[in-house]
Amino acid sequence: MITGTDRVKRGMAEMQKGGVIMDVVNAEQAKIAEEAGAVAVMALERVPSDIRAAGGVARMADPRIVEEVMNAVSIPVMAKARIGHIVEARVLEAMGVDYIDESEVLTPADEEFHLNKKEYTVPFVCGCRDLGEAARRIGEGASMLRTKGEPGTGNIVEAVRHIRKVNAQVRKVVSMSEDELMTEAKLLGAPYEILLEIKRLGRLPVVNFAAGGVATPADAALMMQLGADGVFVGSGIFKSENPAKFARAIVEATTHYQDYKLIAELSKDLGTPMKGIEISSLTPADRMQDRGW
Amino acid sequence: MIKIGVLALQGAVREHIQSLEACGVEAIAIKHKEELAEVDGLVLPGGESTTMRRLIDKYDFMDALREFARSGKPMFGTCAGLILMAKHIVGYTEPHIGVMDITVERNSFGRQVDSFEADLMIKDVADSFPAVFIRAPHIVEVGENVEILCKHEDRIVAAREGHFLGCSFHPELTDDHRLTAYFVEMVKEAKEKQLEKAGSH
Repeated sequence: MITGTDRVKRGMAEMQKGGVIMDVVNAEQAKIAEEAGAVAVMALERVPSDIRAAGGVARMADPRIVEEVMNAVSIPVMAKARIGHIVEARVLEAMGVDYIDESEVLTPADEEFHLNKKEYTVPFVCGCRDLGEAARRIGEGASMLRTKGEPGTGNIVEAVRHIRKVNAQVRKVVSMSEDELMTEAKLLGAPYEILLEIKRLGRLPVVNFAAGGVATPADAALMMQLGADGVFVGSGIFKSENPAKFARAIVEATTHYQDYKLIAELSKDLGTPMKGIEISSLTPADRMQDRGW
Repeated sequence: MIKIGVLALQGAVREHIQSLEACGVEAIAIKHKEELAEVDGLVLPGGESTTMRRLIDKYDFMDALREFARSGKPMFGTCAGLILMAKHIVGYTEPHIGVMDITVERNSFGRQVDSFEADLMIKDVADSFPAVFIRAPHIVEVGENVEILCKHEDRIVAAREGHFLGCSFHPELTDDHRLTAYFVEMVKEAKEKQLEKAGSH
């Protein structure tokens, strides 16, 4: 009997497919998320849009909040650690968190190196904007990917850019002949072995969710249609007027992403969604997606 | 030609479809209850049971699934699917589909850091079977007509009751398709029986 194998860690993410993972900041929100049909919750101290508003250094959540959420629900609980912060990740693992997000939403602790995720029993999810970044994270041991998008903006444009880019690059690698892959690995900055695995499987070896800007049921369905395996919703739900209704609508739109009549019904009377931020108005320091290397 | 459905509301649908296809049968994803009429057997995949239950209710799937079970067509639940099939769930007053005479306990091996792989001996299937347990449930108790197929550390992790098959682990996550093939045989036998019955009338 062995724990922490690739199969167990990647398999956990496979079980989340077709589902919605919701950001929550307390037990009450976690229960609303579970009741609405979330496949997991991300326990945070602040949702990304509030992190943007607060400024300063964003760190791992207070373990009290994570513990409170873990005690409140039976679905898996994820939590965020800063990029490269070995101790935050180990603390979350020791608490029994089900998945760790090594996340650009928090202020990076290391501007050169990500965590060596292979060394942990707990699985990790990491953000990516292109296949090079995706493959480097898998190479370090990430068991699940998500687009970075631009968190806390309520603007889907960056997540769309990232999922299209990754999937186009995957298709290219799959169609290349094997003797071209080493040069492609060099150009992408991707581990060669991971590209070989992608070519052999015809897809990424781990699940890839959409994240960073999903604000409406139609946004969630759009990401599914573009090939995401599932959706993370951060600020969108609990910043909306009726979180329970909003959360249910996102779950259903994700399951039935090609049923447009249903999505029309779901989208009625949801109240005002989060206001959203135009990406070009962000200063370079505000762009969370550029964190990570 | 045998055709088997995989309930596709959420979870590891693709893996089950691939495993069924590797066993030489046609497999389709079931997203709407009307599609149940097309298939000879049904797999309830792993995923999150609370999510699947909400979507089952929302899309009025429950009666159709119970009718499918009553009609004698085989059902195979893995992990969350096993929880959906069980008549009793520890800590809950009501079951989900509630057709298999077993009591299950959710997340009974612990959280994700306790998830594991183990080699199992499964009666009538394999002497050594690679099993992946992910936040897995286990079967606490079985009814008198239920046959225990496998135990791991004294906990029941696979069982069969007539045309119902269930396991705690994920046979769809490895390349060993023997348990899926065992289910395919159950579906073939059930279909032959139904054809005979139809012929004798």
